Amino acid sequence: MATASTYAPVGFDFSNQVRNQFLQEKGLPLPKATSTGTTIVGCLFKDGIVLGADTRATEGPIVADKNCEKIHYLTDSIRCCGAGTAADTEFTTALISSNMALHELSTGRKPRVVTAMTMLKQMLFRYQGQVGAALVLGGVDATGPHLFTIAPHGSTDKLPYVTMGSGSLAAMAVFESGWKAGMTREEALSLVTDAICAGIFNDLGSGSNVDACVITAGHTDMLRNFVRPNERVAKEQRYLFRRGTTAWKKESVRDLIVSEEVRPIGGAGAEAMDTS
Amino acid sequence: MSIMEYNGGSVIAMVGKGCVAIGSDLRLGNQALTVATNFEKVFPVTDRIYLGMSGLATDVATLREQFRFRVNMYQIKEERDIEPEAFAHLVSSTLYERRFGPYFIEPVIGGLWKTQGGEYKPYIAAADLIGCLNFAKDFVVAGTASEKLFGVAEGLWEPDLEPEDLFETISQTLMNGVDRDAYSGWGAIIHIVTPDKVVTRTLKGRMD
Amino acid sequence: MNPMNTAAQPQQRQFNPYTENGGTILAIAGVDFSVIAGDTRQSEGYNIQTRYAPKVFRLTDRAVLAVNGFAADGNMFVKKVKQRLEWYRHAHAKDMPLHAIARLIQTMLYGRRFFPYYVYNILGGIEDDGSGAVYSFDPVGSYERETCRAAGAAQSLVQPFLDNQIYFKNQQPAPGTAHPAHLPLPHVLSLVIDSFTGATERHIEVGDGLEIYVVLAKGRDLSGLEGFAGLQEVSSRSDGERIFVIRRELKKD
Repeated sequence: MATASTYAPVGFDFSNQVRNQFLQEKGLPLPKATSTGTTIVGCLFKDGIVLGADTRATEGPIVADKNCEKIHYLTDSIRCCGAGTAADTEFTTALISSNMALHELSTGRKPRVVTAMTMLKQMLFRYQGQVGAALVLGGVDATGPHLFTIAPHGSTDKLPYVTMGSGSLAAMAVFESGWKAGMTREEALSLVTDAICAGIFNDLGSGSNVDACVITAGHTDMLRNFVRPNERVAKEQRYLFRRGTTAWKKESVRDLIVSEEVRPIGGAGAEAMDTS
Repeated sequence: MSIMEYNGGSVIAMVGKGCVAIGSDLRLGNQALTVATNFEKVFPVTDRIYLGMSGLATDVATLREQFRFRVNMYQIKEERDIEPEAFAHLVSSTLYERRFGPYFIEPVIGGLWKTQGGEYKPYIAAADLIGCLNFAKDFVVAGTASEKLFGVAEGLWEPDLEPEDLFETISQTLMNGVDRDAYSGWGAIIHIVTPDKVVTRTLKGRMD
Repeated sequence: MNPMNTAAQPQQRQFNPYTENGGTILAIAGVDFSVIAGDTRQSEGYNIQTRYAPKVFRLTDRAVLAVNGFAADGNMFVKKVKQRLEWYRHAHAKDMPLHAIARLIQTMLYGRRFFPYYVYNILGGIEDDGSGAVYSFDPVGSYERETCRAAGAAQSLVQPFLDNQIYFKNQQPAPGTAHPAHLPLPHVLSLVIDSFTGATERHIEVGDGLEIYVVLAKGRDLSGLEGFAGLQEVSSRSDGERIFVIRRELKKD
């Protein structure tokens, strides 16, 4: 095991593989990881890119996270939406973000969107689709605004408006009917909001809030919870329990306050020490 | 049956007003056979961070020791206690490192973090078995009774519960959740973490 | 295997006649009333087929049936139960008693033991003695009279909550007091609504709308119902048992 030193070798650790393979052969299926059922979109407009995402994470039919963040930071002017296996989108984008920062330091220039796209597709291709990340990559660099999709196997598309995830068809329907070239920021943002809302309301894998991100040449606006169309209504009653409702057998208290007590040894009546 | 159900067990954490509570059931099973009824799944990490793990018991034991080692190394190097958020990322990275040969556990973290002003604020997080973090503001659950716990918690939980009220809410959620799950139960344990003390209570639950 | 040679291999085809259409139903019995509720979303996979497909049906003035599972089977089953109840009415010039409807449903379900209706049924209403009753069934007819029952996609979310709030499971009563055996109607209605809003939050197949049927025993006043938003009476007479529907919106995401 690689724990003898805290400096473990880089990359994935396959040391549990043999054991897990054995368990699988005994007929125990591998458990499912959290997946972001997801609607993610991106759209080109007059002076930049708008990215959008819903905020629901699911484990089968259960909502694991009602307000997760699916628009990941890559650089100041490049962001990436992730769908698919939640952990994979999280760590893949974090790794590429780190490599982009190093690349920026070594070249001394603002990194380009194609650079991020190439790094991501090369990584995903290397893992032959086993890293289950479906991405929408968008940003603005010295060569202008760019928008890509990257599929889990590493193939990419460059298009003016894109959607991904289980809500991609619902969102694409909105884009196909509403997108036009040369939109303003407001038009693009409202179209993206409508596309994400189409996913939220019509696809069960997507839900809760709309996150959006507007990237222009000089500025990036991350609009976290831009629209919240699914607030929970107030409950009909409160469910406070009377203290003492729960029966318990044993209690132990761990005091975290360090208390000091000064106890003079030898009372007032004791003779003073002979210091002569 | 999945490996996650082999030993059974469930964990839950909840946020209260300036406090958090985290608890687990006490069952250790070998499929449908109950082997032990004193198997705690929540462990202290620092004074004010607790880590709960549900899933394959061998991995729970392995990772408990591994996290103890990693947290001790952090403490020696940094000469300070680890904060809950840093610890959550330590857990997450440890699990994702094994993306293609995972440990079969789902961690739940509950703790208090110290603000600049020296005040303590509640923090909870959970992750799936490959380390995808879930920072919730209300409650997180894991284990074989997770669906039931989600259902009860969604009904019972409310914001800003005082430590004693939070104890009642998390205890009722956990016990009623595990009572509908064949693989969890046989008693429960709750830790209530407040800035100046941690109260641990062993609950009286159904033993069938 | 050589893909060009597939014609030489025996091939198996199969048709699966069942699907699962999501949704959840729930029923609670009181002393002299019964509440039967269900959400109105019908889904398949990640798609919503309709936001309004009733799962709760009035059978007689004192019986309401909720069906959940495979929607096509559910609708057909309700149709056949209603037909049998109509035949009974023509033969006996009265409505079938609730306990008899329960037994009828059992025989109808078990009659299809080897090609079952893929539905979970919950029957709620008023017994001949005027007490509120809930009967729950499995798809092949095993049934039981209970005080409360949830079924369907979010059964596992709702049932433990009901155990706690209806049966007071794991709760110690305050010293010198006891837990009530039956809850008043307004309290039951708020528990039903909160169960469904909770399930809507955490289960992707629950949502859109909520239909709550309330059956009141003969001669019971409306106390606790008047002024309830979205209330509608659906009983055929006002001198016998009475049935009301309450319709509420649920989240649509």
